[in-house]
Amino acid sequence: MIDMKEPLIPVVGVVTDIRIDTPDVKTFRVVTPDGKKAFEHKPGQCAMLSIPGVGEAMFSITSSPTNTEFMEFSIKKCGCVTEWLHSMEVGQQITIRGPYGNAFPVDTEFAGHDMLFIAGGIGLAPLRSVINYCRHYRDRYGKIDIVYGSRSMQDLVDYQEIINEWAKDTGVNVHLTIDREQPEWDGHVGFVPNYVKELGFSTDKIAILCGPPIMIKFTLAGLQELGFDKTQVYTTMELRMKCGIGKCGRCNIGSKYVCKDGPVFRCDQIDELPDEY
Amino acid sequence: MQEIKREILISKASEMLNSGAVDRVLGWKKGEFDYDITPAIFRTADELEKEFVWNDFCGANFSKYLVKETGKSENKILVFLKPCDTYSFNQLLTEHRFDREKVYAVGVSCDGMLDAGRIKAAADGISAVHEDGDKVIVDTLYDGSLTLDRTAVLPDRCVNCKSKKHVAYDELLGSDGDVIDSARFDEVEKIEKMTPDERFAFWQNELSRCIRCNACRDVCPACTCEKCVFDNPNSGVENKAAANSFEEKMFHVIRAFHVAGRCTDCGECSRVCPQHIPLHLLNRKFIKDIDNFYGEYQAGAEVGSCAPIVNYTTEDLEPGEAVERGDGNA
Amino acid sequence: MRKVSLDKLDLLFSAISGAGTLYIPVDTEAGSKYEKWESGKTLSNALNTVRSAKDFFFPQTENLMDFKMEGKSIEVIDTRSECEDFVIFGVRACDVKSFEVLDRVFLADPVDSYYKNRRDHAVIVSMACTKPRETCFCGTFGIDAANPDGDVVCYKTDDMLYMDAKTEKGAKLLEKLASVTEESDDTAVNEQKKVIAERLAKLPLAELSAEAFGSGKTSVFFDAPEWKELSESCLGCGTCTFVCPTCQCYDIKDFNTGHGVKRFRCWDSCMYSEFTKMSAGQPRLTQLERFRQRFMHKLVYYPTNNDGLFSCVGCGRCLEKCPIQMNIVKVMKKLGGSIK
Repeated sequence: MIDMKEPLIPVVGVVTDIRIDTPDVKTFRVVTPDGKKAFEHKPGQCAMLSIPGVGEAMFSITSSPTNTEFMEFSIKKCGCVTEWLHSMEVGQQITIRGPYGNAFPVDTEFAGHDMLFIAGGIGLAPLRSVINYCRHYRDRYGKIDIVYGSRSMQDLVDYQEIINEWAKDTGVNVHLTIDREQPEWDGHVGFVPNYVKELGFSTDKIAILCGPPIMIKFTLAGLQELGFDKTQVYTTMELRMKCGIGKCGRCNIGSKYVCKDGPVFRCDQIDELPDEY
Repeated sequence: MQEIKREILISKASEMLNSGAVDRVLGWKKGEFDYDITPAIFRTADELEKEFVWNDFCGANFSKYLVKETGKSENKILVFLKPCDTYSFNQLLTEHRFDREKVYAVGVSCDGMLDAGRIKAAADGISAVHEDGDKVIVDTLYDGSLTLDRTAVLPDRCVNCKSKKHVAYDELLGSDGDVIDSARFDEVEKIEKMTPDERFAFWQNELSRCIRCNACRDVCPACTCEKCVFDNPNSGVENKAAANSFEEKMFHVIRAFHVAGRCTDCGECSRVCPQHIPLHLLNRKFIKDIDNFYGEYQAGAEVGSCAPIVNYTTEDLEPGEAVERGDGNA
Repeated sequence: MRKVSLDKLDLLFSAISGAGTLYIPVDTEAGSKYEKWESGKTLSNALNTVRSAKDFFFPQTENLMDFKMEGKSIEVIDTRSECEDFVIFGVRACDVKSFEVLDRVFLADPVDSYYKNRRDHAVIVSMACTKPRETCFCGTFGIDAANPDGDVVCYKTDDMLYMDAKTEKGAKLLEKLASVTEESDDTAVNEQKKVIAERLAKLPLAELSAEAFGSGKTSVFFDAPEWKELSESCLGCGTCTFVCPTCQCYDIKDFNTGHGVKRFRCWDSCMYSEFTKMSAGQPRLTQLERFRQRFMHKLVYYPTNNDGLFSCVGCGRCLEKCPIQMNIVKVMKKLGGSIK
């Protein structure tokens, strides 16, 4: 045995709740076997979850750090590890280590500002931790606008929370949209980038974008048309990761490691990175 | 010393580039030293003039690059092929791995390619290598000039060259030769004469050096699978860890089985191995066994030939016979 | 400075073994490699080992931890154990410098305890290079083959081995060897350093300069058209990565033993097609992007993150071992860093 702490050695967590969000997204609630949070984190940070024998992968922590009871992860089924996670039952133990990555500058650059959150599909997951943080410390932030869209009504993640909690907060405006018409949906229909332009936001805000790369590309262009500067827009990036601590060499874009220097990037910082993503 | 001179190859390639008959030439490119030639694609006569090389270090076999290159463009590509390379060319064609219409193959006669490793081992630093008839003159950094016998610095695949005959070409530069009754199975026989324990110890020793770099697989013209089983996590044999002897050894045995009957004995696997493992011996063993059990067969000798082990005939060997005929050496 | 006659090397090695397991370069059919010293093993005269010394601190495979699974529960088993002291003898200047490159990655926060454990227990005994080869270019990266770093630096003449302690660890080792070594002045060593310096200046690659590269040069080289030509015959085999003393990319995998799971890490290469592949896509689709990544990392990204230090030490192994003879020298020259 050696005394030093080893970042690659995880602790054991147990899944105490599994919520089915959409046909391919489930939200898992994780605590340590003695019922506490495995570690503290800041909004936007991630953790490595694994099932020994299957693999380990990085997931953003969707719950806000202000949740003192547990951590939550909204995970989309799209590969070996996620498929295994989706087949889990409540009570299953997993391993967890973290927190990794930089966080959104919620207490510095964001403080005092109006916030505009724009998400597509599973992209809501990392933003949820910021949204709930801002809701918790409500008077530190101005108006909050949330634009969220998905393929269909069934693919909207955290739908209940959005409708029952976020939409009911003062000073919080929720704008939902789905890609194509559905009979049971009487809300907006249209892609997120177009919806953002239609809604036409004033530029005195901080914008945070998260979603499929193509959505980010067009939404950013739309925001710029509205007059937003890239220094006001934040986003998260995602690459294949193994160590999570900037050593295995896998997740770099130019000289930045997404696991360590990201996943949160300001859009003007992205311009400085080589066009490899 | 090669019979055919560099200028002739450049002249042919330039002519075809300039006329638009081909838009790329697969050839050998000059490096930092006399011996570090890189396979490269030349697109202009100027590039050829400046950087094309044809000398005794042009061991690289280009056939495999044709798989990607013919897929990239509608135009033709010119490729220079030594006799052994032409066998790989035919084999790849037999397997429909590239479009014959997109290739202009120029056969080049070959007098054997030197083994850079053996030359480097002879001196503590080399500034130049050139040839004088059947001698190789090595200018060294600290010990003046060394004269080596050419035959002493030829690799095994050239010492036991199996064929000077070009089995495929659109045009031939230099003279064509014959299939040679070579001694290429001599080393294999030596190993066959070992006891099973000795044989095991021999391969254990050789293969334990394997670092799973995959150079052998990546250079092999018979290994053109777009998704190699060793890169597939679901296969159970995917690994870079070289963690256990099973993995190190089984990689080579599995690969030898995969190419059995399709290996054209080009020797590239052994040439590129950074740990000097004589991999070609595994493949030659299979060729010898196939010759023994099914009659002489050399992959690549003819386009469209069907390898005995995928060709089921009523005269095929029964397993019991295989053991007998192998005399315990199978 | 101490000295010992070359015909007493066996005694020297025996004495060093008292301070910890000793590894020396030994000749084998496949070239020189580090082996645990036993009486009778002779020191290789080769310029360098085929595999670099990074193996000692960053082995090709290493078990990180074990897991026991039962029903729904998991037990994490820390399998780390304190390393024993060991001595690596005969490390060349390039390989010693590579430790600094690796240290900056593995010892950066959060510290990699596996690496640190081994690093702390090692004593590096380096050896100056009397006959550098045509493939050597350590000078390009500011390394002096006549003055290697290390805990103890050695110089070998025709009949003597000279040993000079550079660090406290080195001094402690030399104390243990007092009975088998003699006090010496530095005349012979200074002579040798002069000879080596002259030889280094005459090497074919002596004029190669890395000035054009370094910190902050991403936008200069990333879109260079030369990458196409440089990468077109690359097989993506990863040999360069595996013989390189500074390459440190690794993979973490799980292995189900049937009685539990072992999580291990192993060398990986950014040249491999699966390296960056994820379910959401593959940012480096062709060999060009992967080839470019490796060299941009060595010449630009790593220096950007590490005060200008390059992630290449000019050892020349990639020049020796690449199956198609591509290497960092050709890349540097093509991209414009040729004359000092």
